[in-house]
Amino acid sequence: MFSEKRDLRPWLYIAPVLILLTFFLVYPSLATFRLSFLGPRSVGFVGLENYRFSFTSSTMLLAYRNNLLWLVIFTTVTLSMGLVFAVLTDKVRYESTAKSLVFLPQAISFVGAGVIWKFVYDFQPRVGILNAILVAVFPDMTPIGWLVNSDLATYALIVVGIWMWTGYAMVIFSAAIKDIPAEVEEAAVVDGANPFQMFWRITVPMIASTIAVVGTTLIITVLKVFDLIYVMTGGQYRTNVIANQMYYELYITRNNGRASAIAVVLLLMIVPVMLVNIRRFQEQEALR
Amino acid sequence: MKRKLSRIPLHIAIVVIVIIWLVPSVGVFVNSFRVPRAIRGQGWWTAFTDPFNTELWTLSNYESVLTANDLDTAFRNSFFISIPATILPIILAAFAAYAFAWMDFAGRRAIFSIVVGLLVVPLQMTFVPVYRLYNSMGLTGTFLGIWLAHSGYGLPFAVFLLRNFFGSLPRDIFESAFLDGASWFQAFWRLALPLSVPALAALAIFQFLWVWNDLLVALIYLGGTPAVAPLTVRVANLVGSLGAEWYLLPAAAVVAMAVPLIVFFSLQRFFVRGILAGSVKG
Repeated sequence: MFSEKRDLRPWLYIAPVLILLTFFLVYPSLATFRLSFLGPRSVGFVGLENYRFSFTSSTMLLAYRNNLLWLVIFTTVTLSMGLVFAVLTDKVRYESTAKSLVFLPQAISFVGAGVIWKFVYDFQPRVGILNAILVAVFPDMTPIGWLVNSDLATYALIVVGIWMWTGYAMVIFSAAIKDIPAEVEEAAVVDGANPFQMFWRITVPMIASTIAVVGTTLIITVLKVFDLIYVMTGGQYRTNVIANQMYYELYITRNNGRASAIAVVLLLMIVPVMLVNIRRFQEQEALR
Repeated sequence: MKRKLSRIPLHIAIVVIVIIWLVPSVGVFVNSFRVPRAIRGQGWWTAFTDPFNTELWTLSNYESVLTANDLDTAFRNSFFISIPATILPIILAAFAAYAFAWMDFAGRRAIFSIVVGLLVVPLQMTFVPVYRLYNSMGLTGTFLGIWLAHSGYGLPFAVFLLRNFFGSLPRDIFESAFLDGASWFQAFWRLALPLSVPALAALAIFQFLWVWNDLLVALIYLGGTPAVAPLTVRVANLVGSLGAEWYLLPAAAVVAMAVPLIVFFSLQRFFVRGILAGSVKG
């Protein structure tokens, strides 16, 4: 480090960023915390009433259930599929083409993805390819309303999320796999390891820290998931999640207090992940 | 030879996966060029069995989307929003990241830790207070307002990524530059920035795609007024309100996705590098 502790110039370099961050993130977060104890129009102290709603109302309990489904299914499936794709494509000549096609959904918006998947899930077998395939294979079957069936809609949305994010996991895993020293793999081959043993005993343990990093990113993504549900079902058919319920309270019922309390709950769920993030940064810093 | 044969299942698996991943997008792309009765009447996949039946193909969906629904305005708005909202945060973040990486000042670690922590704050947490401030300052519904908002929300990631990149540059080159009498600003401008072009490009692509694809921030700070609304807002409105014009949806979606896909395919190398720098190193 190249400066005196008392020098003020570093502050000039960081001041614009600190001002914007304070205005857009720090101050609003604190203000939201305060608003969460006030009434719908942000006047009058209501104590913990908004939190009582956030933790006990049936709409919020449903939202927690759905976020939990997203958390478990989306994270595990995206991680495993990303890992499997990265391993499969690692040693073929058309690797980069295959990977960029799987990675492509990362570039498009949730709005675009929503339109794309509406044509997959459409109820009419002459429009939606999923029902077309089902009806072709099982001619007696009634088509399934993927997005309007309350038992299925959340899972149908999770599939879209997996489609969008598997490429992300794959690209990072792929880079990590390429960093595994060649000698390690060669030694395993010499010792007669088959591909499955290679995968479980070499690849997975060698990239464990990368798996943790990607998992963290996916968890943060999933806790905040909003757009996809907003575009595809509008939170109907039991697909509502925390972020959408917050939007609903803010813009439909116009209850600032409840919306703020939900935002605080969302933040509290993310704090543990955030602490892990900070600790990882500090460990890395110690190595510098 | 034996090795080649044993790899056939591998190739089949990869091809099947890639096809499954592509099918949804191909469907919308094909449908965007078909006449309404074909979109509604027969699955898009049947188009491949009868590809030369010109009665079923049309460009008029694109024509309607680009003229009848003001999507041309929205298209320009998207650029007008995205480009400044990409450049501004990157410039500001570069200065700050440089200070965090190579300058020493009281609270450096603590402040940077807070920036890292802000990475995960849900944007929803900030909307009510910022919206109120915006109203009192007359920033709601203005381009300046959305440029600043996207800059503010993009900064934690930008600072984080650039700080990691600057920090990984070799220490000696800075030491010798300072020995030769270079000022901080010269070291920043002549050393750190030129050496970081890949990271800056990666970040620019990230931020550009993020802003271009954003729906929520635009909905909240711009509202739905056609004069300022970007493509995502207009297409999302189409999804909700189309009814009889349902058949325009595929073409509208393709128009909205065209720019990100062009950026993605032409600059993929930088994009992937950005992802790696943002996650693996972090």
